[in-house]
Amino acid sequence: MDELRDLYQEIILDHNKNPQNFHKLVDADFTLEGFNPLCGDHYTFYLKLDGETIEDIGFEGSGCAISKASASLMSSILKGKRKEEAEHLFSLFTDIVTGKIDPAEHIEELGKLAAFAGVADFPVRVKCATLPWHTMHGALQGKQDNITTE
Amino acid sequence: MSTTWNEATSMTASPITEQHPPGDFDPWRVREDFPIFRQRIRGKPLVYLDNAASTHKPQVVIDAVSRFYGEEYSNIHRGVHYLSQQATDLYEDARRTVRQFLNAKHDEEIIFVRGTTEAINLVAQTFGRMNIGEGDEVLISAIEHHANIVPWQMICKEKGASLKVIPMDQHGDLKLEQFEAMITDRTRLVSLVHVSNALGTVNPVKEMIATAHRHGVPVFIDGAQSVQHLPVDVQDLDCDFFAMSGHKIYGPTGIGVLYGKKALLEDMPPYQGGGDMILSVTFEHTVYNDIPYKFEAGTPNIAGAIGLAAALKYFQGHDITALAAHEERLLHHATENLRNIDEVRLIGTAKQKASVLSFTLCAVHPHDIGTILDQHGIAIRAGHHCAQPVMQHFGIPATARASFSFYNTMEDVDALVHAIHSVLEVFS
Ligand SMILES: Cc1ncc(COP(=O)(O)O)c(C=O)c1O
Repeated sequence: MDELRDLYQEIILDHNKNPQNFHKLVDADFTLEGFNPLCGDHYTFYLKLDGETIEDIGFEGSGCAISKASASLMSSILKGKRKEEAEHLFSLFTDIVTGKIDPAEHIEELGKLAAFAGVADFPVRVKCATLPWHTMHGALQGKQDNITTE
Repeated sequence: MSTTWNEATSMTASPITEQHPPGDFDPWRVREDFPIFRQRIRGKPLVYLDNAASTHKPQVVIDAVSRFYGEEYSNIHRGVHYLSQQATDLYEDARRTVRQFLNAKHDEEIIFVRGTTEAINLVAQTFGRMNIGEGDEVLISAIEHHANIVPWQMICKEKGASLKVIPMDQHGDLKLEQFEAMITDRTRLVSLVHVSNALGTVNPVKEMIATAHRHGVPVFIDGAQSVQHLPVDVQDLDCDFFAMSGHKIYGPTGIGVLYGKKALLEDMPPYQGGGDMILSVTFEHTVYNDIPYKFEAGTPNIAGAIGLAAALKYFQGHDITALAAHEERLLHHATENLRNIDEVRLIGTAKQKASVLSFTLCAVHPHDIGTILDQHGIAIRAGHHCAQPVMQHFGIPATARASFSFYNTMEDVDALVHAIHSVLEVFS
């Protein structure tokens, strides 16, 4: 059951219970929906940019603890980051949750995102963790179509 | 009878040596027929509660398939040689076994297909294409699996017909009082699920078929979830079509059955073209074969049919009412225990239910429930169960679903209840 504790870390459970930036941005520059058809996770993400910087970010919707905590942590971490930093964190995060790289070597960069390292032991849950990031990435790329994880 | 079951049986009781009441149905004995239960999952005995998705296979089914490939194998209907004749006999014997299982009148009313999904598509693309026109209607229900929605939607869209839906109430029972009024002179077919995979609702299909027939409308029954739980007699039901999947009744994947009344099948155009479905072919003209071969183009799943026959014989080797009574006890025990947990919301509380228990936990998403239960060695399903309209009706994205087979035990239910408590602990 240690894996369970690694997956459902305190910080993940907290963000699931009290998600941050869990609201609509009326003046968003980009709005994009993300779906996980398998389990019904469904969120809308709102991004507001100031030049190359993410000024504000919000989200609404529902889904499992992993996806909601991921969306919450992502939103608080990306606020004030430059687009290219966001894209870098996106690929780093994806590599961590798919077990491609060792989180221990990126502790500083990852910060609180390191809490998601346990997802790597649960292959069917990887999509839950990455859904917010894929959607954010899509929004930054100017995508209009909904993002799905299938 | 149910009082002989000790509902408070300790979870730590040693499984195999568990004493069972004499004369009662004994799931522990049945489990010995299923090799899958010899293994441990994550170091724990397998608690398999995902039977509505698919059932495990008894050794006799595995043996029948393996014997066929190892000793009896050949293509069918084509060879003059010994093995081909033997394979053809086995395949046609399998058809007879299915006929007898469903109590169809004629062997040729049994068509082997890949499964329920293919059976529905076959009828939509043949009977449907022939009989559904612009302005016509197909009537289904609010608790259908996507397999009994999408094929009709496709043909309705193509033909300019409309799909109408019998509504359900908050328990998951169909609003039967509205059913008859929904049948109009444009209704070409009623297609109904017998037992709902998402809610467990058992529809009163016999009465509904009689109602539709009073208006001269034929009825298709999706039996994917019924044949493994209740005795089915297609002549008694008087359904016009009936579909089932082998893998949900202890048989192999990739094999299923379409039953159709002979006169209807004979009138229908073929589904796919190819070998076996023809009598003669020239470049100008093809004469189609008789039923059932008209609908079985190409080399079929011979081993699958043989495995399915073995599964049906195995299943019928038990007292079906005893199996059903045992499954009923499991459902009752689980339902009562889950009802006692404040955070649980049961989804699907129909008057008559098969052993399917869908639920949600306040503030815990089904996907998280599924992951935590899996760590306890408990297999359930979390998701929309290919029935998104059902989820929309209840205003939820998904449920957790435990579905029971006769090889499940009261201890399996206790393990489920125990694990749900530990889900609540994680999320407390
Ligand atoms: C009620 C119902 N109909 C149809 C199907 C489709 O069956 P299959 O996937 O075997 O074709 C299922 C399977 O989940 C089902 O439960």
